Amino acid sequence: MSRQGRGAPTLRKAIPMTDFPLATEKLRLGYGSSIIIPELDLRVAGGRVTSIIGPNGCGKSTLLRALARLLPVGSGQIHLYGQALHALPSREVARRLAILPQGPTAPEGLSVEELVWFGRHPHQGRFPVRREEDREAVTWALDQTGMRIFAGRPLESLSGGQRQRAWIAMSLAQQTDILLLDEPTTYLDPSHQLEVLHLAQRLNREQGKTVVMVLHDLNQAVRYSDDLIAMKGGEVVAQGEAGTVLTPELLREVFDLKAHILADPDTGKPHVIPYALTR
Amino acid sequence: MIHTSRYTGRRALFIGVLLLGAALLLGILALGLGAVKTPTGDVVQVLLGRGDELTRQLVLELRAPRIVVALLTGAMFAASGAMMQGVIRNPLASPDIIGVGAGAGLAATLFLLAWPGAPPGGLPWAALAGAWAGFALVLLLSREWGGHTGNALHPVRLALVGVAVAAALGAAQQLVLVRAPDGLGAALSFLTGTVYGADAVRAARVLPWALVLLPAALLCARTLDVLNLGEDLATSLGTRVGAARLFCLAVAVALAGAAVTGAGILGFVGLLAPHLARLLVGARHARLLPVAMLLGAVLVLAADTLGRALLPPTEVPAGIFTTLVGAPYFLYLLRRTR
Repeated sequence: MSRQGRGAPTLRKAIPMTDFPLATEKLRLGYGSSIIIPELDLRVAGGRVTSIIGPNGCGKSTLLRALARLLPVGSGQIHLYGQALHALPSREVARRLAILPQGPTAPEGLSVEELVWFGRHPHQGRFPVRREEDREAVTWALDQTGMRIFAGRPLESLSGGQRQRAWIAMSLAQQTDILLLDEPTTYLDPSHQLEVLHLAQRLNREQGKTVVMVLHDLNQAVRYSDDLIAMKGGEVVAQGEAGTVLTPELLREVFDLKAHILADPDTGKPHVIPYALTR
Repeated sequence: MIHTSRYTGRRALFIGVLLLGAALLLGILALGLGAVKTPTGDVVQVLLGRGDELTRQLVLELRAPRIVVALLTGAMFAASGAMMQGVIRNPLASPDIIGVGAGAGLAATLFLLAWPGAPPGGLPWAALAGAWAGFALVLLLSREWGGHTGNALHPVRLALVGVAVAAALGAAQQLVLVRAPDGLGAALSFLTGTVYGADAVRAARVLPWALVLLPAALLCARTLDVLNLGEDLATSLGTRVGAARLFCLAVAVALAGAAVTGAGILGFVGLLAPHLARLLVGARHARLLPVAMLLGAVLVLAADTLGRALLPPTEVPAGIFTTLVGAPYFLYLLRRTR
């Protein structure tokens, strides 16, 4: 059964909160007087790739940003491995959770390697002494993203896909268990989109990282995620294994779409072909 | 590799050494200038601890304080501007644009009028308070209240409000000076932006602030780099953005406030020097800040030296030259900023 209604699956309620990299409890989010997410109880499974999908304005980016303490919490709690996120020192959070926000910008002339070094910031003390482990982390991050050959290049001389990989490399240099990506494929051409998604999947498979992404493309979300969270109007409509969440009913309810659903020839997961609007 | 970043540490070091040399050369040149010209050879002799008593006195006691004040205030305005541009992420931010300089000037004037016998060390504190007041005023007036963009500061809006507030505060200061007793008015006229008449007292007033705040600015370099990536990324990297911004701004405002008590408002030094430094060595603050400081120091000393050499015995205030160069550049930035 994939449709668990809003909130967390009852089955997982029994598992202690400390087992979940990220969880929310009666979370309310908004800007000023406008409430975007009224009340949310969510659990993100560890060691898996989870994608949040939903129409524009459904609160998916707001949720992701709040999970990374980029937004103040209206009320309720966010837990990082069972600990209250906002009570933890920001620097400590940055050693366990990295987020790449949408449309990051860097000052002109900054080289890829200089950018990746920023990822070591939460690990360094008051004075930026470059220890061996920092050097290794930077090299590793450059290797993982295939950016080593571009290490000396200024960011603005790179293509969109390369630049996005450089930013991901910076997040990787933080060496966190949890990686959050806010629409990492936006403005990239199809091949660069796949590069980024493959990278996210590989980091999960090889490093055991918990990856949470906001994605717009439904088929990419299904194909490259283990779990899906579907949101509408600030509420979770469905959550569960990627292969089971996307149903014709869900697409109608969340996206107002009528769609054919085929089986992906490689993964057997659903492949969505929208053909009409229900509105 | 074809496109290696042109901003390297070696390049920054080279430029730094070059600027240091320029400052030294200009300093020696300026030490020889005056009603009685001292040959450069004699100045060097004095600096090496030799030379006759009269020349020593002339060079070290009468002329050196002015050079020191020029170098220090230039460096302080430049560092202040570089930090403000980094924290506010606004290319137009600088001490004279965001009300800090004018606030400090007015406060210093009022302080000396109200308490003529005050110990010389008190003036920078008054200037500091005024600097904060001016800054707060500009910030308050340029905020767009309400709506989603409650905290958004549009660069051009900030500059407009800043210029208006600076003009108003400057006028208030002029008014106070006009009404002031003759002696005091003359003593305060330097606040409009000159190192003319800078003596050992003025040098001693600025020096401790420079010795504390300039290194403090350099210590902020990495924090400024992280803040420069924007609020989201800075938070993501574990920086407490609010506290970090406040600390850096406090250092920047204090730098400008203290500098005003040395040389008044030297127009646009805090805008020009950091921009020039960024062009030369890039945006990393560990390189940008020292190079901007050196540039500011050289800029003010050059302006002052030029002002003295141009139409002797008339002395053209250094602030006039820096403004003559800075204002067109400010207009250019204003046009380019959306």
